[in-house]
Amino acid sequence: MHVDCKGDASLTIVGKEVTYLPAENTARNPLHRDVIRGLQNILGASMVLHRPEDLLLYEYDGSVEKGRPGAVVFPTTTQEVSQVVRLAAQGDVPVIGRGAGTGLSGGALARTGGIMIVFARMNRILELDLENQRAVVQPGMVNYELTRAAEPAGLYFAPDPSSQKSCTIGGNVSENAGGPHTLAYGVTSNHVTALELVLPDGEICRVGSRHGDSVGYDLAGLFVGSEGTLALVTEITVKLLRKPESVKTLLAIFDRVDDASETVAEITARAITPAACEMLDGWTLRAVEDFIHAGFPLDSAAVLLIELEGLTEVVAAQVAAVEEVCGEHHAREVRVARDEQERELLWKGRKNAFGALGRIAPSNYVLDGVIPRSKIPQALRQIQEIGERYNFKIGNIFHAGDGNLHPIVLFDPRDAGQYQRAIEASAEIIRYCLEIGGALTGEHGVGMEKSELMPLLFSDDDFDLMRRIHDAFNPRSALNPGKIFPLNKGCGEITPRAQAAVRAVPL
Amino acid sequence: MSTTAINVAARLESVVGADHVNSSSESCAKFGVDEVAPSVVARPTSSAEVVEIVRFAKSEKLALIPCGRRTKLGIGMPPARYDIALDMTGLNQIAYYDPGDLTLSVDAGMSLTELADALAQQKQFVPLAGPFFEECTVGGTIASNIGSSLRPGYGSARDFLLGAEFVNGAGTFTKSGGRVVKNVTGYDLHKLLIGSLGTLGAITRLNFRTFPLPEGYGHLVGAFSSVDSIVRFQAMVAKSPLTPSSFEILGPEAADVVAAGFKEHRDSALPSWLMDGAWHVCVGFEGPETVLRRSSSELVHYAQQCGASSYRLLEKSDEKSFRVGLREVVKLLLSFGPAATIFKINVFPGFTPDAIKLHALAQRFSISCCILASSAGPLYFTLRHDNLKDETIGSLAHIASGVFEYAAEHNGSASILFCPVALKRIINIWGPARNDSALMRRVKKAFDPENVFAPGRFVAGI
Repeated sequence: MHVDCKGDASLTIVGKEVTYLPAENTARNPLHRDVIRGLQNILGASMVLHRPEDLLLYEYDGSVEKGRPGAVVFPTTTQEVSQVVRLAAQGDVPVIGRGAGTGLSGGALARTGGIMIVFARMNRILELDLENQRAVVQPGMVNYELTRAAEPAGLYFAPDPSSQKSCTIGGNVSENAGGPHTLAYGVTSNHVTALELVLPDGEICRVGSRHGDSVGYDLAGLFVGSEGTLALVTEITVKLLRKPESVKTLLAIFDRVDDASETVAEITARAITPAACEMLDGWTLRAVEDFIHAGFPLDSAAVLLIELEGLTEVVAAQVAAVEEVCGEHHAREVRVARDEQERELLWKGRKNAFGALGRIAPSNYVLDGVIPRSKIPQALRQIQEIGERYNFKIGNIFHAGDGNLHPIVLFDPRDAGQYQRAIEASAEIIRYCLEIGGALTGEHGVGMEKSELMPLLFSDDDFDLMRRIHDAFNPRSALNPGKIFPLNKGCGEITPRAQAAVRAVPL
Repeated sequence: MSTTAINVAARLESVVGADHVNSSSESCAKFGVDEVAPSVVARPTSSAEVVEIVRFAKSEKLALIPCGRRTKLGIGMPPARYDIALDMTGLNQIAYYDPGDLTLSVDAGMSLTELADALAQQKQFVPLAGPFFEECTVGGTIASNIGSSLRPGYGSARDFLLGAEFVNGAGTFTKSGGRVVKNVTGYDLHKLLIGSLGTLGAITRLNFRTFPLPEGYGHLVGAFSSVDSIVRFQAMVAKSPLTPSSFEILGPEAADVVAAGFKEHRDSALPSWLMDGAWHVCVGFEGPETVLRRSSSELVHYAQQCGASSYRLLEKSDEKSFRVGLREVVKLLLSFGPAATIFKINVFPGFTPDAIKLHALAQRFSISCCILASSAGPLYFTLRHDNLKDETIGSLAHIASGVFEYAAEHNGSASILFCPVALKRIINIWGPARNDSALMRRVKKAFDPENVFAPGRFVAGI
């Protein structure tokens, strides 16, 4: 494939019948008024935003990327979604699905303009089958609201991204979202059994089954995590898990980062399998503590937040085993949360950490690399070394039990030199993660943020097959164009745009 | 051997070397699928050789079927074309194993037992506990998506397969996923390979999450006089804090099959705790001694409350053999008589009192049958016919349409896992046309644009 750059920002891809990125400047061209009128006819005028000042809010998500849609619409039924998609197809206008816009990789941004379908009004539980532990929900349903609805029956929805009080299940499905407790219970794809989809030509179809198994290929498994590039999801059937009998939350405090990371490696190696195992380094936890007052010790080098769940007997044995490993690795202290209030406070500190960090630097860049758990100690040393070399403070707060690192590089985007160095340092960290057998993204998705890094991991042949799958469902790149696939072949560069204002980034 | 066959063999030899090619009629017969034999067997020893063979097949417009130990080649429709058997057992090493990270990368042709032995040295395992365990390969287990008795405790392959490497129909080596336990980089193409029966490509390597071997095992076997009490027991266990590793429901005729399996491994008579003619529930649990004790006492309590006519906590000495018997039920069913017909029924919730309708269906045609269900997995309904007469095959076809209707009524789907070839000639084992067939064909076309891999064997004519 040959990429021909013309003029400022418009890209044409030559040598292939398919264009993955329609002209980039459509973002600046308002949609034709016939399209707006068509949308208004389908949904009613109040459900269609198209004035630039109304669209501003939808230029951003939780990432540092930006892209303005030509219109934002709020359908209430699958039929309406299908009609909007058909209208868009007639006018060759891209369509982008969006939940709450909390994504961290630019997945829900209109990179090339077009119609953004916001699922905020499709937010109902269609069926709650408590007896058989299933729920059928619309994509705009807020993640935590489902758990709240299932809780009286002792059930909950397991994926728990830090943004769970605002993010939607449709967004979770698109990105295959994770969260701290995916260590024990798996990511979103492990909990989705069936989907209703709208294809780019407006066709409505269903894949998977209530049961989970069905005859033929695992299409639900393909669509979950496809970042809205294959189809729009309009209905989701999920599994609900039973709340465990016993939960214990431990805070292990260390005077050396190495001791904390070796503790994680040892807990994994001994297969103790906590439900969650999170790490915050000392510098990060001080920034958090200042803001949240979760009770993190200000003079420590690192803490581990470890949660054990299950049968009372299992949890008791695991608490003892974790305490033993912590002791062997020179933990200064291991605290056990005494009640639900203490537990919630510790988790509040963890889940709001990135927002807290936003207070101390004008901008930040959060990475999402995954590494083998046995290599956490060496990876953290390497990140430290890279930070020193580039003269940056790099914080570490991450899902240690999964090996899912979230190094956070703090920088001032107004300083061009700093901005460039932040990008270079981030790229070096990601390359290191891949070198030691890791992955580019563990839960945030590729989106538009990491698409140029994909060639570090995938060969031309890998891309060819992924593209054939893309084209099998979304042949004209009408859905969410400019995501996942690199536009500039083989560069492997990170391209975060400078951030004007600081926003809280929950992970 | 035909001239064409000689030609294919000779040209294939020039591509991958004579050592890797066998065209003797004896070998080809061994790799036959539904009475169709290939004209040559190719046994690559590297993924690069697999690429060469697939490219050769593609350019010559020949059809390939990837094979492991051939224990489950009976699954699927008869191939529309079949020229080259791709014997994957030459790729049989552990490529990477990091016990400290509980992750593994293994060649598709490695046998499950060899893998289990290697992992056991680190007190770990991969929870793929299906039939033919002692013979079959890792790749065949994934490509057939044969059920695992450990599904209630560990999930199915899609829950712990982290990534894969494979050669697709375009003849290129591709990968998906990775080796780490959490990964959203790119499309999850490896999930499509699970249960794809070799129609999307030849799997060369699979990456798994491994699990610690439990400290100990336990098993409760309860006999019940009615299916309603079984359903009550099932609900009670589901609502309890217990986390069984397996939960199987055996119909009245399944007990003697399991007993036979038990006997094979223990060389003893029918165990006294299997009651002739009763429905049984077998609940497996594992963990440290404290968990085994608690699970035992609570399960006994639930069994009593639900009116079990008898129940037994298995002794350690019996437990392992019993577990093997349960794992191998499908294999045992196939070994009785000339050919059993086994349906795999995915309905939700899995086992309801309605399941006895299936019994009635078989009885109408005077064919003995057997039900086996797992709380998490599919329901297996087996017809045990003692002959392959036309009349019998006709009855099987009638029962099959009844089973497909049953699945549709219960908002699920059904297919035939194993059956006589004669039945496949008159019905589609994949059941009635599905509304996602067009999407499946799009997937197939993307992976295998020229239809090189196992044509005609899968759903929707794929």
